Amino acid sequence: MIEYQTLTQVTGPLIFLDGIKGVGYGEIVEIEVNGERRNGQILELNKDRAVIQVFEGTRGMDIKRTKVRFTGKTMTLGVSRDMIGSSFSGMGKPLEGRMVIEKEMDIHGMPINPVSREYPKEFIETGISGIDVMNSLVRGQKLPLFSGVGLPHTELATQIAKQARLPGGEDFLVIFAGIGVSYDDIRYFKREFEKAGALERIILFLNKTTDPTIERLATPKIALTTAEYFAWELGYHVLVILTDMTSYCNALREVSSAKEEIPSRRGYPSYLYTDLASIYERSGKVKGKKGSITMMPVLTMPEDDITHPIPDLTGYITEGQIMLSRDMFRKGIDPPIDLLSSLSRLMAHGVGKGMTRDDHKPVSNQCYSIMADVERLRALISVIGEEGLSEIDKKYLQWASGFEKGFISQKRDERRSLEESLEKAWELLSILPEDRLKRIDKETKKRYGFFNDKEKS
Amino acid sequence: MMIKGAIERITGPVVIAKNMLGSRMWDVVRVGDSSLLGEIIKLVGDRAFIEVYENTNGLKVGEPVISLEKPFSVELGPGLIGNVYDGLQRPLEAIEREQGEFMGKGIRINSLDRKRKWNFRASVKEGEDVAPGQVIGAVKEGSVDHKIMVPPGITGKVKKISSGSFTVDSTICKIGEEKVSMLQEWEVRRIRPYKRKLGFFDPLVTGQRVIDSLFPITKGGTACVPGGFGSGKTVLESVITRNCDSDINIVCRTGERGNEVTEIINEMKGDRDRNDKPLMEKSILIVNTSNMPVVARETSVYTGITMGEYFREQGYNVVILIDSTSRWAEALREVSGRLEELPGDEGYPVYMESSMGEFFERAGRVENLNGSTGSLTLIASVSPPGADFSEPVTQSAMRSSKVFWALDQRLSWRRHFPAMDWLVSYSNYVDELNGWYEKQTEGWNETRKRIMEFLQKEAELERIAKVIGVEVLPEREKFLLEITRIIREDFLQQDAFDRVDSYTDINRQHSMMKRVTKLHDDGMKHIEEGKKTAEFLDKKTRERFAKMRDEV
Repeated sequence: MIEYQTLTQVTGPLIFLDGIKGVGYGEIVEIEVNGERRNGQILELNKDRAVIQVFEGTRGMDIKRTKVRFTGKTMTLGVSRDMIGSSFSGMGKPLEGRMVIEKEMDIHGMPINPVSREYPKEFIETGISGIDVMNSLVRGQKLPLFSGVGLPHTELATQIAKQARLPGGEDFLVIFAGIGVSYDDIRYFKREFEKAGALERIILFLNKTTDPTIERLATPKIALTTAEYFAWELGYHVLVILTDMTSYCNALREVSSAKEEIPSRRGYPSYLYTDLASIYERSGKVKGKKGSITMMPVLTMPEDDITHPIPDLTGYITEGQIMLSRDMFRKGIDPPIDLLSSLSRLMAHGVGKGMTRDDHKPVSNQCYSIMADVERLRALISVIGEEGLSEIDKKYLQWASGFEKGFISQKRDERRSLEESLEKAWELLSILPEDRLKRIDKETKKRYGFFNDKEKS
Repeated sequence: MMIKGAIERITGPVVIAKNMLGSRMWDVVRVGDSSLLGEIIKLVGDRAFIEVYENTNGLKVGEPVISLEKPFSVELGPGLIGNVYDGLQRPLEAIEREQGEFMGKGIRINSLDRKRKWNFRASVKEGEDVAPGQVIGAVKEGSVDHKIMVPPGITGKVKKISSGSFTVDSTICKIGEEKVSMLQEWEVRRIRPYKRKLGFFDPLVTGQRVIDSLFPITKGGTACVPGGFGSGKTVLESVITRNCDSDINIVCRTGERGNEVTEIINEMKGDRDRNDKPLMEKSILIVNTSNMPVVARETSVYTGITMGEYFREQGYNVVILIDSTSRWAEALREVSGRLEELPGDEGYPVYMESSMGEFFERAGRVENLNGSTGSLTLIASVSPPGADFSEPVTQSAMRSSKVFWALDQRLSWRRHFPAMDWLVSYSNYVDELNGWYEKQTEGWNETRKRIMEFLQKEAELERIAKVIGVEVLPEREKFLLEITRIIREDFLQQDAFDRVDSYTDINRQHSMMKRVTKLHDDGMKHIEEGKKTAEFLDKKTRERFAKMRDEV
């Protein structure tokens, strides 16, 4: 291996190296700084100059003494069954214990041929009413949590990871990738899994707030490479939680800016969309393979702005989103799932007769429809006050407050089965007169019984 | 002389090569030892800027770059129909058979199957004079009579032609000294020739009431369909491709979600059209998931429209659906950024609008070189961030098209589907189509106008009611609000998944509208006489109208 000592520039997380020959784009390099070893990757080749991003950051580097060696390899990860139950750094280094590497995998993966995908439609019970009844998650889906700083997204993501069950009652293998997360969040996640006695079904990748930002670029890829090994080669059903994708995007912006690329929207590089897609699209199901990858990225929207490039581009790649609302959280609704802005695009084919329950879809549609009416009513109240409302309007409001407090809200350790959630929904619907429930046919209403008694009395 | 240069610089998917003098813009090149496909997107001196279609990891400075000296072209001929391609016309099913479930690098598979034999029936005789575009025979492909035409640029006497079973690239005919096969190649960025553009004549009948009755599109017309998150755009599009009276559908899903692409493939493969024939027998699918190479995404719309033009030349009515234009613009923005161009509005390149305009112009109803008439209807969706229609892509698409179908998230929350906002949507083709509609069903124009008026009036009344409350409105206005509720719930709403409701023919659409206007006129008489709305619009009447949609 040839060693170079020809650094010409150190900028942010990047180093520039001159006089190099015969190295490949994307190659991994080893860097020696005062006897300490760091890793980097080639980001650009220009004649005999290479631009290298240093994963551990450039702190303490100097131009004269830093040595660089090219490995001739692109970035790989050694994966193993032993990974289950263990924690790793954001770069995939074991933080404890040992493991026997079974396979080296390229961390960039390969796109799934669209004709080889299998359409996801198996319902996952998360135990959370606002998701299970209203925005159902299915196996192989990528459904992000859109949140804001200070909202309980970590808690919700943890609860989902802990409770998520497949129809047969089977548990997921949970891969948690913390990207620039605080120590508190990590501790919370670990403690919750410990309490549930479920540490033996998680794999943790932790890039902490204090770790170099540049490492964040590798963390989701490493987590997903691991997921691919377990799903496609070993047949596991894997749930991947990536939090916080905003930190990932900011790291990408940092590198782009150090490379002096022309910034696009809000300073993010023009290829942000493609880059995000190369992460999110690694979820799914593949024909003829037993396993699956379900993904739940978490992102905090700067200024709670959904048109910000990160949520905007994410929303166009993922299959819907669960939106958390600050207003609702202030009102004490927790988890503050804002239904009108949330959506699960894969729900339609995953619920209903033969999959969940035949009343699932109509009940969900009905609640959405009432919710939209309530929204209009609330706007009206702000103009004419509550006195101006008709009796029936007041019933709608009564439904809404019951729905938010008794259905959407639930405790952090409360696991509601789909039956329990649907039952709650029916109970609330019976507040309204039957003929207002146009989304549910008579048959269904009769079967689930709530209106029969009423008509008798 | 072969143009052979060497890689000088690599940054993501963009490679700069030196010693490329003589190469032209948009020429296709093979890059590096692994001979990755790429396209020249900028020339400076002897340096060519190349956008590589595939992952560039592992490429080295100094590796060779060879120009194929022709721009990116697609293969046209039998074998297109029923196929699933990516944006570079690579046949995905064939790739799966050869490579497995994951897409590797350096794939080289012909777009049209070279082994499959087609039964060619010649329709010209030896000794006849033929010119470009002229039909010389046909093969049966799916439910389509795939016409074989003289390729552009070839004129002369037919020296030899034979019917029989041929592969797509074997010679079927000799014109002068030229050997002609069923296979044509065409650069995707060049418009295929036609004689002249024609005016519009008839609508593309979709069976969707809100479209056909309120905001119709002509055959050969252009429509822009904005829809934010979850506004039901995908469902609307698939119901259109299933039900519309086109001869050929080209569905171009660019930058789509992988799982949704699967759904579309599965759905289209299992679906049947209006005539109960398998939908894929008249369709071509072009899919590019967002994690496939960015250039393939940018090119896919051109790949699609070139195929569309090819079938239009055969005298067919073709529909091309682009979903979504925003993803295409996104790809344009990305490439522009890599080229270090100065960004325009929202980071999109300044030429985005003119590129889009040029592209939309390729739609239309034309007289072909062979004298036949064909149409290419373009329906392009856009995905405005935060459902804000003032953003650049939506604006450019609006300016380039004549129909605007505004899908509204709020309507879909209310489960009003198709969630097309009747106050914001428009069609500029209504006047041109009046004649056709009147011939189908007399009085259509008048009825349509009245329905539109009711809906406009409703919007006004709702604004007033917001301030003073509904209860205070005069009885006739309360009654009108009930009428518009019937229009909204029992006419505009349509269930895409219901076998009966998902398609309404033009005559029935008109008769439904007439029933509503009659109800209005009768009701108003009673109201004038002092009756209350509830007395006239009793439960039975309401139920009768609620059932109107399900009657055949």
